[in-house]
Amino acid sequence: MKIPYYPGCTLHERAKDFDGSARECAKALGIELQELPIWTCCGAVFPLVTDSVMDILAAVRNLSYASRIGDRVVTLCSFCYHVLKRANRVMREDPAKRDKANLFLRADTKAREAVESYTREDYAGQVEVVHYLEMLRDDVGFEALSKKVKRPLKGLKVAAYYGCMLLRPKDEMKFDDPEQPTIFEDFLGALGCEPVDFPMKTECCGGFQIVNDEELAIACSQNVVTSARKRGADIIVTTCPLCRYNLDRKQKEMAERVRGFRTIPVVYFTQLLGLALGLPEKELDFSGNTVDPRPVLAEKVVS
Amino acid sequence: MEHRIGVFVCHCGTNIAGTVDVKRVAEALAKHPGVAYSTDYTYMCSDPGQNLVKDAIKKHRLTGVIVAACSPTLHEATFRRAGTSAGMNPYQVEMANVREHCSWVHQGDKEQATRKAIRTVKAMVEKAKLDEALAPIEVPLTRRALVVGGGVAGIQAALDIANAGYEVVLVERSPSIGGHMAQLSETFPTLDCSQCILTPKMVEAAQHRRIKLMTYSEVEEVAGYVGNFRVKIRKKAAYVNRDVCTGCGLCIQKCPAKTPSEFDEGLAPRKAIYTPFPQAVPNKPVLDAEHCTYFKTGKCGICKKICPVNAVDYEQKDEIVEEEVGAIVVATGFDLYPMAKMGEYGGGKIKDVVTSLQFERLLSASGPTAGEVKRPSDGKVPREVVFLTCVGSRDPEGHVPYCSKVCCMYLTKHAMLYRHKVHDGQAYLFYMDVRTGGKGYEEFYQRASEEDDVLYVRGKVSKIFEEDGKVVVWGVDTLTGKKVEIAADLAVMGLAMVPSAAAQDLANKLKIHTDEWGFLSEAHPKLRPVESLAPGFYLAGAAQGPKDIPEAVSQASGAASKVAALFAEKVYQREPVIACIDEDLCAGCRICVSVCPYDAAEFDEEKKVARIQEAICEGCGACIAACPSGSAQQKNLTDDQIYNMVSAVLED
Amino acid sequence: MRLRLTGEQINGEIIERIETLSGQDLGACYQCGKCSAGCPVVEQMDIAPSEAIRYLQLGHPDVVLASKTIWVCASCFQCASRCPKGVEFSSICDALRAIVLRKRVSDPKVDADELARVMVSDAPQMGVVGALRKLNG
Repeated sequence: MKIPYYPGCTLHERAKDFDGSARECAKALGIELQELPIWTCCGAVFPLVTDSVMDILAAVRNLSYASRIGDRVVTLCSFCYHVLKRANRVMREDPAKRDKANLFLRADTKAREAVESYTREDYAGQVEVVHYLEMLRDDVGFEALSKKVKRPLKGLKVAAYYGCMLLRPKDEMKFDDPEQPTIFEDFLGALGCEPVDFPMKTECCGGFQIVNDEELAIACSQNVVTSARKRGADIIVTTCPLCRYNLDRKQKEMAERVRGFRTIPVVYFTQLLGLALGLPEKELDFSGNTVDPRPVLAEKVVS
Repeated sequence: MEHRIGVFVCHCGTNIAGTVDVKRVAEALAKHPGVAYSTDYTYMCSDPGQNLVKDAIKKHRLTGVIVAACSPTLHEATFRRAGTSAGMNPYQVEMANVREHCSWVHQGDKEQATRKAIRTVKAMVEKAKLDEALAPIEVPLTRRALVVGGGVAGIQAALDIANAGYEVVLVERSPSIGGHMAQLSETFPTLDCSQCILTPKMVEAAQHRRIKLMTYSEVEEVAGYVGNFRVKIRKKAAYVNRDVCTGCGLCIQKCPAKTPSEFDEGLAPRKAIYTPFPQAVPNKPVLDAEHCTYFKTGKCGICKKICPVNAVDYEQKDEIVEEEVGAIVVATGFDLYPMAKMGEYGGGKIKDVVTSLQFERLLSASGPTAGEVKRPSDGKVPREVVFLTCVGSRDPEGHVPYCSKVCCMYLTKHAMLYRHKVHDGQAYLFYMDVRTGGKGYEEFYQRASEEDDVLYVRGKVSKIFEEDGKVVVWGVDTLTGKKVEIAADLAVMGLAMVPSAAAQDLANKLKIHTDEWGFLSEAHPKLRPVESLAPGFYLAGAAQGPKDIPEAVSQASGAASKVAALFAEKVYQREPVIACIDEDLCAGCRICVSVCPYDAAEFDEEKKVARIQEAICEGCGACIAACPSGSAQQKNLTDDQIYNMVSAVLED
Repeated sequence: MRLRLTGEQINGEIIERIETLSGQDLGACYQCGKCSAGCPVVEQMDIAPSEAIRYLQLGHPDVVLASKTIWVCASCFQCASRCPKGVEFSSICDALRAIVLRKRVSDPKVDADELARVMVSDAPQMGVVGALRKLNG
């Protein structure tokens, strides 16, 4: 199976471990992730003001590129998924903005000509935006996935951190129940590990505020991390490079602020998936983590 | 026959006269063939107006009357009565709607409005020319009532109807009557013991010589029409001969199988053979086969062996009982909005986050903790308890938009009772507005705050989760503008009231209207609150909308009085403007029989023609439209009449 | 402190602009405070979300436009997700930021030196882009 793939700026750079593990896992599952031949940053945030078309152009352009090679596009990063999906809805449901956006796209000839099988078709939401987890659930099936697991992660207590962008706003994202989601836990169950439900799994990590007001983001992230720890988790999985950064990078600072703080590694879900599928550790690349997950993985995972 | 129609054009103050030139209308109609008298007047519905009609009928020997005024739904009966008193057949008195259909919707265009009014009245004149003198159809009336639902509203309605002298069949789905009121410990604002005030009524209903009590039964089918309903009631198999059973309770004691008790809202178990609560009426157990060891595995059978009067009978089957009644009161009550839908408060998974009814059982002396307030998780006495109002209510975005009316008082009562039982406990009540509209309610609320030290926090709770054995509540105090956090021991949810689960199904069976939330629809929200639009159906209690006990009881008595009014006449009179079939023209194709939604058209095998049963026909017109030969016609609305009306309208 | 309430201010240009730009009906908010109760960063705000809406309802947008609140918001949508009336405070925040930023008075919320430090560090690009777009316009 082939599916167009939009990595997003961060996965190509500072979250290479996310991108790499995702590709290897896809390969092992018989899926070819066809990276879009040309793409740009999606814009990272979706504009909430009603008068902007410029602000969604980056996302629309990427969707338009995707439409050249398929009718779906899969992505990994929560923010990219959020922005692309919401921009897609605007293109499907708002005729005025759709027409304006297409005007801009048409002017953008040079870049478009660089794409293979270039056509002059306007973009009107032809592409379906899919998250990698949804692809695992719908195209592979969690039960089928569990059969492909070579190294069941038995004994590993995993806390799935959903964050904000996947789930909210509910009627736009339609990803899962925003208060009691289960898709991540279902996925983890298929890997053979023990999913740990924790109350802060849908609360914000601080997001982009880490850039501007570090204290703010640390306060949010420490809330998430301590909650997962309290429920007995060995490791946290996430699907967002910003969440991973906020939760993982500042645990030293959290330890200064919280009495009795115990560090906990934070990895991308595709890294755990790769481990379960029996991929070599080198391909999963745990070097990007501040809190090293390898000791707990070695200890808990039955080899 | 000489037509001598009288036309009376009403001004209705300026409602009609402000837009329609009423004098011009009267003048135009005076010239219309068949009109013997035409006039206008300011308020036709007034006494002088009505007298105008009466006098004109006599003086001008009128053969028909048209009152050009408002909608017939308002005053058709008034003018028909006026006509009758002057010796005219009421069905030869018609109204032409020149207000709702004319002056009120064409206020910008006087010329067109006036011309339209003239055409409208002319059309009605043409109709009146061919109107026959009709008499209401009299059908016999079964003066017995059916009450569906044995909660406080159903019990009250049954008692009132029975005391008025009529037999009542009271059907209740669960093994005992009493409904939710039986689950309550104390009621606001008096803090009366709920069962103490309810059980006398329950016993009275069970022992009343005119009330036939059928518990553990459900309405299966309703056929017929007002005054003449034929009801099939399914008496569910209790596997106990409840007539022989003495209520000794030995079977319950010995039964090994357990399942969560519905009456205790899942906080305690009950046996497979059980009575829902000690004061159950009737106090005879039923066997729940779904959870019974014998029925599931073939082993056990202890209850049958131990019964001293041999009342247990595993071979018992459901029984269908047929009853004939003339009126049906629907009092099926309410359920609570499901906790599973409140994801931000734990979705029902947190043990120490309980529903309001569950807390009621914890407070109740006959409840799972004998009236001591204890946490479901570890049985400890909670010292910090949070009460939430508006859980699901007033939430158009996510849940239900309406206010459930009772929760402010209900949770206030809970907080007070908690404080009475746990003297060193702290009660917090999160609210948006405190609604205390009943008698003594405001004083009750102030007492909670002043005497019982309940802390009212204005704001909605955003999230509740478990941590370190506590129930952490993230709320806000909008009055200081601060987010607040409480590490509570227990949280009580004031969930919205929704119609009881079986109610929609029942409403479909009865063919009565419900609103978009499943509450039974009243005939008029202001003026007809205890009856359905469907004749013969009356509404009582929370089934019609969220309400408290005094309102449920009032409504039940109101419904009973309507039933008594229905039964006061010896016969029931039905409108004669129904379908009829000309047997000479009927070809016997039976299309009318197949389209009639009321099963009023029947085929005469001997004569090979169709016939309309006058007692059943509602005059919907389906058969008339479908009839290929034109033999089916509506009385006083024949094809000829309609044709003449259309011609008159197009004449201009 | 006395707040003068006038019909002119309540229905004024700025309030209308805020409503149009955010796509939200300020009148729909019945001040339940659930947004403030669930906001992950409310403790760092000087005016809580429901309070901010209240000032707007009363026709006093200046207080909110000058607040720290709108720059603290992380756009997590928890407020919008839980609001019983469907009012999206996250969108109102974006609109208020837009009104301030579109005046083009140089007052960047993201400090340039701080940003340089962050860029050289290993913070993910998406965070930098997101912060710049939300806070510097």
